[in-house]
Amino acid sequence: MKQPLAVLAEDEPLLAAHLQTELAQAWPELEVGAVVADGGSAVREALARKPDVCFLDIRMPGMTGLEAAQAIAEDWPDESPLPLLVFVTAYDQYAVQAFEAQAVDYLVKPLDAERLAACVARLRKRLADRTPQSALQETVDQLRALLGAHPVAAAAGSVAQNAAPRLEVIQASVGNVVHMVPIDDVIYFESADKYVRVITAEREHLIRTSLRELLPQLDPQVFWQVHRGLVVRARVIASALRDESGKVFLTLRGRPERLTASRLYAHLFKGM
Amino acid sequence: MVIGVATVVALLMTAIRNESFGNIFVYSLCIGFSCWLFIEIGRLTLFRWVRKRAAAQGRQPRLSRVIRWLVPWVVLSAVFGYELGTTFANALLGQKAPGLGLFASDPRALAVVLIITMLATLGTTFWWFASARLAETEARAEAAQRAASETQLKLLEAQLEPHMLFNTLANLRVLIGVDPQRAQVMLDRLIAFLRTTLTASRAQAQPLAEEFARVSDYLALMAIRMGKRLSIRIDLPDDLRAVQVPPLLLQPLIENAIKHGLEPKVEGGRIEVSARRDRDTLLLTVRDTGVGLSDAAGTAGTHFGLEQVRARLATMYAQRARVSLEPAGDADGGVLARIVLPLAPVVTP
Repeated sequence: MKQPLAVLAEDEPLLAAHLQTELAQAWPELEVGAVVADGGSAVREALARKPDVCFLDIRMPGMTGLEAAQAIAEDWPDESPLPLLVFVTAYDQYAVQAFEAQAVDYLVKPLDAERLAACVARLRKRLADRTPQSALQETVDQLRALLGAHPVAAAAGSVAQNAAPRLEVIQASVGNVVHMVPIDDVIYFESADKYVRVITAEREHLIRTSLRELLPQLDPQVFWQVHRGLVVRARVIASALRDESGKVFLTLRGRPERLTASRLYAHLFKGM
Repeated sequence: MVIGVATVVALLMTAIRNESFGNIFVYSLCIGFSCWLFIEIGRLTLFRWVRKRAAAQGRQPRLSRVIRWLVPWVVLSAVFGYELGTTFANALLGQKAPGLGLFASDPRALAVVLIITMLATLGTTFWWFASARLAETEARAEAAQRAASETQLKLLEAQLEPHMLFNTLANLRVLIGVDPQRAQVMLDRLIAFLRTTLTASRAQAQPLAEEFARVSDYLALMAIRMGKRLSIRIDLPDDLRAVQVPPLLLQPLIENAIKHGLEPKVEGGRIEVSARRDRDTLLLTVRDTGVGLSDAAGTAGTHFGLEQVRARLATMYAQRARVSLEPAGDADGGVLARIVLPLAPVVTP
């Protein structure tokens, strides 16, 4: 068997160095391909290096560990097995509860050598047992359940999202003009770097916010998240076509473009 | 209570008039209970009415409203009570002590008897009222105390955010292995920070130098955690070191700057904390070069810290202090938080 490869994501330098030293003791044959300090770099490194294991801190600048995991799972190529994911957290009791519930591997800071050894033993066993397809499906199911559990999202994102009022009008400014876009006119939202594109039948607007902040203010019955960067009005989806890799392509009523739903949200599109 | 007062009155009357204590005691008791009956009926009706009105207006029922109506009612009760009590005692003892009507011939006797009844009734009512008033005051004081402790607890929770604490401890644990001396320095800073946090909610004011020392403790702890991503600039002019300020006033603003400004920013940035005198006001600023205020964040209730500072300033300085949050207006971006305080000593509430 080839040497296992890991990517470590931890924004606090001392803790990153410590995790690396402890791993070197607990799992000597593990090769650490990259140590990064933010979620975005974690996704980039993971997709580039195709590691067997990713250790992801939950609270990181840019993307949280959970968001990074989602991005990795969504963009992962079909032919290689998804890496095993281990979340690392200092004190997110909700996250820990959710991890327990979904049987996801996690470590609590300060790191405990025994706990790490147990985690390593489990990871080794799963690496030996896994087949590409089972690993993918299992991880996707776990992530879906985690992302569906609201407390995790709230604990992972730094924004307090409970009880956010429903948005009625989108205020999109262009220079000195603020366009008032009724939420009923919106066909879909797509994230674009630090902005969100708001697409209506007539035109598109850019608003300076993140989808993460926008989502709690939208009615989940009306707008469906189908990808980490895409929220679509359910009523305008005309058809959904699933390909063999698990991705789903959506056609819209009255719009030429086709949208892609990721494998994490493919379960939304099943025949009744 | 009523029996006690009736006994006293009966003893008094026995001393004045040449009659047996037993008879007078029976009269006293009957009159006393009759008065009590009238007063109770009036009081209960009145209370129900006041409560209903207060509930309709969404206020707490107030005793002062009750007493405005209760005093005339007590006087009336004394008159009615006397009449009813005398009639009742007459029937009981088979005697013919005069009721109110028969006293027309002897106004002086009527006056004496009525005054005694009135005094006894008013005295009793007053005693009851005073003890009720005391209970009300105590209840109010207790409620205020409870509200204060709740605020204190919230403040404490906000300041001792477990995530910060555990992350700091995790860092310290590593540091003990690699650099024990630096670990010791950091531990001292953590201790100083914890000590102030735990006592700050009780203290009224502390010198600005002390406040800045705690700020630098906190930022030093953050600096081990964030490494090169955090640079710190602290500026406190010497002539402002002794100015008294409410303890940990800056803390929520600094935490916001770190948590919402610099921590989410991949490349990190700079935090600047400064104090400046502007004629007779003190200007405290916390500026970061972080991700800045996003369009949606303002509505999402992320500014608990800011609200907390605003509330504290309002209690301590009323209108004379203010806090604001705005985008820092230069190329580095980020957020500028400003507190403006009068340079006078802290007003104790």
